[in-house]
Amino acid sequence: MRSQILRGRVWVLAWPDGRLIEDIDTDQIFHNSHLHITEISQMGAYALGNLEGWKDFPQKAKPGDILVAGRNFGAGSSRQQAVDCFVALGVKGIMAPSFSAIYFRNAVNAGFPVLRSEGLERPAAEGLLRSGDEIEIDLSSGRGRNVTRNESISFEPMSAIQAEIYEAGNVFRLKRS
Amino acid sequence: MAKTVIEKIIQAHSREDVSAGRIVWMDLDVRSARDFGGPNVVKNYEREYGGAALDDPARTVFTFDLCAPACTLKYADNQQACRVFARKRGVRVYDVDQGIGSHVLMEEGLARPGGTAVGTDSHMNILGAIGCFGQGMGDIDITFAFRMGKTWFEVPESVNVVLKGNPSPRATAKDLALFLCLKLGTSKIALRSAEFYGPAVRALDLAGRITLCSMITEMAGIIGFIPEEIVNPGKSAAAFASAGEPPVAADPDARYADTIEVNVDGLEPQIAVPPSPNTVKPVSEARGVRIDSGFIGSCTNGRIEDLAAAAAVLRGRKIRPGVMLKVVPATRRVYEDILSTGILKTLFESGAIVLNPGCGGCAEGHAGLTGKGEVEISTGNRNFPGKQGKGSVYLASPVTVAASCVKGEIVSPGEI
Repeated sequence: MRSQILRGRVWVLAWPDGRLIEDIDTDQIFHNSHLHITEISQMGAYALGNLEGWKDFPQKAKPGDILVAGRNFGAGSSRQQAVDCFVALGVKGIMAPSFSAIYFRNAVNAGFPVLRSEGLERPAAEGLLRSGDEIEIDLSSGRGRNVTRNESISFEPMSAIQAEIYEAGNVFRLKRS
Repeated sequence: MAKTVIEKIIQAHSREDVSAGRIVWMDLDVRSARDFGGPNVVKNYEREYGGAALDDPARTVFTFDLCAPACTLKYADNQQACRVFARKRGVRVYDVDQGIGSHVLMEEGLARPGGTAVGTDSHMNILGAIGCFGQGMGDIDITFAFRMGKTWFEVPESVNVVLKGNPSPRATAKDLALFLCLKLGTSKIALRSAEFYGPAVRALDLAGRITLCSMITEMAGIIGFIPEEIVNPGKSAAAFASAGEPPVAADPDARYADTIEVNVDGLEPQIAVPPSPNTVKPVSEARGVRIDSGFIGSCTNGRIEDLAAAAAVLRGRKIRPGVMLKVVPATRRVYEDILSTGILKTLFESGAIVLNPGCGGCAEGHAGLTGKGEVEISTGNRNFPGKQGKGSVYLASPVTVAASCVKGEIVSPGEI
């Protein structure tokens, strides 16, 4: 069984006023000039490499970290690298009010937790969810909390297929297909 | 139960009961990979499946369009890895000479009305223009599709988008698409299938439908369909194997998550200003911005109709000295058409650089990038920061781009 509990330090992709950055596209996450890279281990160095203010993310990120972003995260291209670059850094999952369809699938298929939560915008804007906070979330229940600030967090539980693929590790290891 | 267009297409490819919100397994008529994504697919396939056979090599293709021909050693290696895999497995390669994969699928009849197709191209939903359910996917998804011939899919809800009125004769399909990027933003049809109705879309030829449906991705939609009858197929129809087949229609009582009316009456030419395809205004409001370069092409505006419209503006005129105009036909077939109709000569004589077919000019690749401080006006579909290099990019129609390149600054097409 893969762990249903994720606990880690959070990085909140927000503007200086706390509003979550929306529509972060795959060229900002993993620029197309690095698309020739096919080794996952080499992709981490370019994560968020074209997102103003976050270019040093690969140096700052630690395995176990969790990312929070604004709505429509992963807009744009179909590149798997935009998911794999976070996997390479050991990031444990991404939470956002919504994801682009392709990005969401890519993450699901890779067994990488992507969690939809409408309830992130307000705490981020009000300073109740900030980079550096420690959060703990339960994938199976859709509930969690900000340990640092003792605030609760809720999100959409994974769909059956998402949970199945997560459990299998990735879509290739899915038994029922 | 009555079904929307997307529900009908998926139902015809699934043994499960299909309705919005359900996750079902769907058979794929075509699965493709480009020179971007393709090498990862090959690597994934060999790692995960080893020598196991593809579900159906005849329904599996590679299309090389991103870096064509390879301009870096890495792309050369990647393309060659795909070719070797393809030869070994009996898969067809539409190589670097053939042009944009999604367009090749339509020309070759691999994508047809009512069909399903996936590929490593986020604009694969452009196939909605001919009533085919196309979907861009990442390399893990495509590897799985190569092996299994199917995929899991959450059937999206559908939105009815009704366009009211008739745009001005100066507005092209691109202006309509940009205006919809403004009006629908990235939330109104997000993660949904859009069906477009009304006289403004009924009037669109195939090339115009391609332009509109190519920008659904920028509206965060799953796909867009135009179920309206094609009154005037246009010149591109001759290139499409499925031309003449009617678009898929929704059932009369189909359920929609929303109906959105957009007034396009008297619509004038539009332009997307940096930083996104959704920051759109009338061209007249961006008038006078000095430009360094122009680009005409991409899956959005790379058909014969687009290049002919630009050539009509450029005929007998010269691109302003110091301005560079790059033209990239969508496919080899389009190249052949501009060659035989004299459009190539007109473009050449105006001072334009005409490159070989592909995705260059929109993605980094064979048509170069923009440098820091460079201002480009482009017929592409994305102008996100950094996408085409360090410059700032405006998105407009082929005629607006052509006119602006003559003037050296952004102008409405009627102004020169």
